[in-house]
Amino acid sequence: MRGRVCIQAFEMSVRLWKSGPLRAASLSKAEAAIRPCGSLGLKPGSLGLSSRGAEAPFFHDPSGRPVKMLGTGCPGATIKILMTLLLVSVFAIQGLAQVTFERLLNSGKEPQNWMTYSGDYSGRRFSSLDQINTTNAHALTAKWVFQTGATGKLETSPLVVDGILYATAQDDRAFALDARTGRPIWLYQHQLPGDIRPCCGRVNRGLAILGDKVFLGTLDAHVIALDIKTGNVIWDVIAADYQKGYSFTVAPLAVKNLVVTGVSGGEYGVRGFIDAYDAATGERKWRFYTVPGPGEPGHETWEGDSWKIGGAPAWNTGTYDATTNQIFWPTGNPSPSNRGEGRAGDNLYSNTLLALNADTGKMNWYFQFTKHDEHDWDATQVPVILDAGGKHLIAQANRNGFFYVIDRATGKLISANAYGKTTWSDSKDADGRPIAKKEASPTLEGHTVCPGALGTTNFMAPAFNPQTSLFYVTARDQCDIFSTAPQPYEAGHAYYGSAYFPSEEAEPYRGFLKAIDPATGEIKWKFEHTSPTWSGVLSTAGGLVFTGDAEGNFIALDAAAGKALWHFQMGGAVYAAPIAFAVDGKEYVAIAAGSAVYAFALP
Amino acid sequence: MLLTQQKLRPAALRFEWRALKPHAWVIYLFMLLAATASHADDHNPFAGDPKAAKAGEYEFRINCALCHGLGAHGGGRGPDLTRAQKKHAHSDAELFQVISNGIPGTVMPANGTNGQGVGMTDEEIWQIITYIRSVEVKAPSVSAGSAAHGKELFYGDANCSLCHMVEGRGGRLGPELTAVGGSRTRAAIIDSVRNPSRRLAWGLTEATKEFPQEYETITVVTADGKEIKGVALNEDSFSVQMIDGGEQIYLLDKDKLRSFSKSRESMMPTYNADFLSDKDLDDIVAYLVSVAAK
Repeated sequence: MRGRVCIQAFEMSVRLWKSGPLRAASLSKAEAAIRPCGSLGLKPGSLGLSSRGAEAPFFHDPSGRPVKMLGTGCPGATIKILMTLLLVSVFAIQGLAQVTFERLLNSGKEPQNWMTYSGDYSGRRFSSLDQINTTNAHALTAKWVFQTGATGKLETSPLVVDGILYATAQDDRAFALDARTGRPIWLYQHQLPGDIRPCCGRVNRGLAILGDKVFLGTLDAHVIALDIKTGNVIWDVIAADYQKGYSFTVAPLAVKNLVVTGVSGGEYGVRGFIDAYDAATGERKWRFYTVPGPGEPGHETWEGDSWKIGGAPAWNTGTYDATTNQIFWPTGNPSPSNRGEGRAGDNLYSNTLLALNADTGKMNWYFQFTKHDEHDWDATQVPVILDAGGKHLIAQANRNGFFYVIDRATGKLISANAYGKTTWSDSKDADGRPIAKKEASPTLEGHTVCPGALGTTNFMAPAFNPQTSLFYVTARDQCDIFSTAPQPYEAGHAYYGSAYFPSEEAEPYRGFLKAIDPATGEIKWKFEHTSPTWSGVLSTAGGLVFTGDAEGNFIALDAAAGKALWHFQMGGAVYAAPIAFAVDGKEYVAIAAGSAVYAFALP
Repeated sequence: MLLTQQKLRPAALRFEWRALKPHAWVIYLFMLLAATASHADDHNPFAGDPKAAKAGEYEFRINCALCHGLGAHGGGRGPDLTRAQKKHAHSDAELFQVISNGIPGTVMPANGTNGQGVGMTDEEIWQIITYIRSVEVKAPSVSAGSAAHGKELFYGDANCSLCHMVEGRGGRLGPELTAVGGSRTRAAIIDSVRNPSRRLAWGLTEATKEFPQEYETITVVTADGKEIKGVALNEDSFSVQMIDGGEQIYLLDKDKLRSFSKSRESMMPTYNADFLSDKDLDDIVAYLVSVAAK
């Protein structure tokens, strides 16, 4: 598929998803319409540059670069020259520059761009753009919609650099759009085998960007570098065996010359790890196993050979502190997720915040939130770097229902306060860490514990606004009946050890956006949704908080008081996190919902 | 009955056609022939084995109980599987096919297609079938009640049809009940009639809901002072769509209402034994079960 191709009957598909080198064996219906250029595809008279951009197909020029073709039919020599001229002029105007580590480090200097999963290395998901603010948010309007054509949950958090938006969709699609119009520039889809092992949908949460590449982790456990301008595969490495349950859903984090990523598979008895790859070559520079092997500290927290299938995946994006050169990366549940029998001990480093040296992957400190977890309470929520009261802190609203504030130099716990309905803990240890009641363990008959298995929060990205000094998080009040279901480990098969159910006596689940004061743990305000949502949160210098709901609304709220100021019905539930960016001096807010990406701006 | 005549491929052989390389056809053909020859999917190797039933109970909890309920007594969406008479499958082989391939047109998914990996092995499916057989109530679950009399009551003196529709006849305020006799146990239906507010619609998560609505009671006062009481058809943070006792639909913006309140106290009256005898209720249940079994 690298040769010159053109598209006949382009109306069959609005766009063409480019594929990796193995794609040839799996032509989709739309792709089957692609034919090598020849007389069949030529339509004399239709090669002129038309203004009908909406009908413009993609094709590859001889160097393999997909070129946006204005008009229909196959390119002739004349048109190639025209196209080249067009491209030269476009890129001259855009001045697409390399995304250096320095730019990522100083992202505050270019608020028009959103260059990492959380917008910057701190994990705050805060934009200093203020064109859209509390006085005019009511006038927001939809600017464009990009339909991905994918089905299932869209969990992507887009990146925007110099007017181009990069995002992902289900089944490991990645794409670049004109951020002003939503028109695609390139589309890529990784060829997945039929027997992948996702735990919770064929999802992906986004890309990392560095230099002239974007980086994608795939459901069959590949890490792939794509050319930023074309979506062409630059390198493709296999991190682990997907048939044993390893996969990637996380948006990687680019730090220095490295692409840092964490594996999924806590429901399959994997041995979790965090990897760093050379962004230029794909060579693996370090790996930190989140379950220590024999002879390593922490190994003694596992019973027998249970460490081999101990889980502790690392499926959400961490943060980075340049001052101490530390990567903060959170980990998930031990395996099996809901049954502690057979893995006696604390099960380090499951449900832990790890502080790793960015260059070596060596651990500086760790803090374990839930010891010996039996409720699937992955601690994979974004650890947010913030300073309060002159202290250098890292804060996390954890799935187990507590909001933790930790000294980021030492890993010492400063405070832990419940921010939702919790029944599993009624005491704290000497460090102030909430510890589980014995009777919170799942039983054969099953009994009710709060929060339920989905947690008070989950993968949805939180936000911290330095202007209000508030931490915003999507929270749910839900209790579940946890019952054990002893299950033998079988490589590549789901390994839960238990099942959970909605508690029949329980009230309907309730969902909130909560604003927490990290200094005190106090909830300053809450906005109750009609039902629990999976949306992340964005905060901006316009005094706003943006979030989505399960009913399909995108909502702007007053960051100080939590009052809804504006909403738009997108027609699909939200599982993604919003971002803000600007092009040509115009601020946009973007979010994925249903199977589409939406962008909003003032009229 | 949908799948009884169809010979379907066992789960282990299902894979993506599009990923097939040409030379793999030969291997696939061989596998298909081998599978057909061994009849891997029509004989339960664990039939009657209590150990397999126990393993199956755990697999059932993990894979099936969210919809079919703990103990297989039926949940929100999933039918009560402890009944000897089942709608879509009778023999072990038919059950195997239903579990492997799902039931088209219903929310019953094919094994391995719920976005959670490759699904159960054939062995695990047979264990689950063995478990289901071990908890089946051999006596007919249909009560001794008279379905004919139950139908008379439903559309007559018991006033059920004022709010509930069955097979296209009846009211619109409450849940449509054509299939309820198959999805719930007798005890659950009786409880819903005797204590309608104990639980509104079953199933709190999308995956387990038997109805698209919650049937919460909504009371609003509009800007011009009119009070409307009814059932929510849908709702989000900014608007509500509701239907009242006169089956009038209202489309309302919450910020324009003088008041809005929502309650889980059902609009359905409580049918105690003075109002509806145990015998008459049995007859109504028998009617609902007979309709669902069609």
